[in-house]
Amino acid sequence: MCATCGCESHEPVRISRPDELTLHHHHHSHEHLGHHKTVVDLELDVLSRNNAIAKEMRAFFLSQNIFAVNLVSSPGSGKTTLLERTVGILRHHLPCAVIEGDQQTSLDADRIRALSVPAVQINTGRGCHLDAEMIRRAVHQLSPARNSMLFIENVGNLVCPAMFDLGESARVVIMSVTEGDDKPAKYPDMFHSANLCVVNKIDLLPYVNFNMERFRNHLVQLGGVIHCLELSATRGDGIESWINWLRQQQQNSRHENAHLSYSH
Amino acid sequence: MHELSLVEGILEIAREQATAHHAQSVDCIELDMGALDAVDPDAFDFAWKAATPATVLAQAQCIIHRIPGRARCMICDHEFEVEQYFDECPKCGSFRKEITGGAGLKVKRITLT
Repeated sequence: MCATCGCESHEPVRISRPDELTLHHHHHSHEHLGHHKTVVDLELDVLSRNNAIAKEMRAFFLSQNIFAVNLVSSPGSGKTTLLERTVGILRHHLPCAVIEGDQQTSLDADRIRALSVPAVQINTGRGCHLDAEMIRRAVHQLSPARNSMLFIENVGNLVCPAMFDLGESARVVIMSVTEGDDKPAKYPDMFHSANLCVVNKIDLLPYVNFNMERFRNHLVQLGGVIHCLELSATRGDGIESWINWLRQQQQNSRHENAHLSYSH
Repeated sequence: MHELSLVEGILEIAREQATAHHAQSVDCIELDMGALDAVDPDAFDFAWKAATPATVLAQAQCIIHRIPGRARCMICDHEFEVEQYFDECPKCGSFRKEITGGAGLKVKRITLT
């Protein structure tokens, strides 16, 4: 029941189209009796709490010159295999650390630790995405070094992680040729939110109906500017370009933040 | 979309505002919902009914204003309405655009009692 005029409205939620009346309409005037009402104009994003924590994390990463990469994809695209190969190479150049996200098990974190790279596993239980608060806790536990790379392997899911800013320096969406070349059209939010798209398992191209040109066209149709790299994490194709991209991004970030660095 | 997470986010904002203004409950809450990130009405309704009983939102009316998506073409500078992230510029046909409105979900106004 509307508390303003007492008219019956059994449904608490009303969604209006732009051409409809947007406010609950009263055809009669009424005096407010009794209850004092406060109207507060807010303009607050609904995910404001996550965004506030993400902002803190971003500032923290900048102050420590930590380049944080959020890796998103569907399950089975080869994220962890790519990460193993990546940190296997990069750890010789700069300190690396990894935050792993899965519903259950520490299998992925174990694989990373086997390479002598520090890793923390977040288990979300029934949760389907990582959020900024989880990252804050993991970073507290991990204590990544200054001037390092931090990889965040998100929960395998092409839908929900798109909405949650983790405070990352870059977001990379990874997909494999076995998933179909129409993924960017089907999951626009995820691809739209990323800085780079990686197409993995190109060694399997002869065996699947994946059309690279059609895939790249779908990316272009999203309207932003998203760079795309093709590689095979298992066979090694394209890994050099990927490592170069990461190092270049990290270098660019370092130069931009030179005035914030306290080191040397 | 993640309707339950969104309702929980709205609930958190409502709680903070109620505390800040020493109010007992929310009478009405108005949201601006960008057409580009439009929620599924049934899923939102379900999430609302699941998450709001016995909270400050238990008696609240939730009014959602749909805000049309807007974009500016990066090639010809034309401003136009969009329904999806991958609509093309009606003037030059390019897909390269900057989204200028209609994204996200905001709490616009809250009436406390």
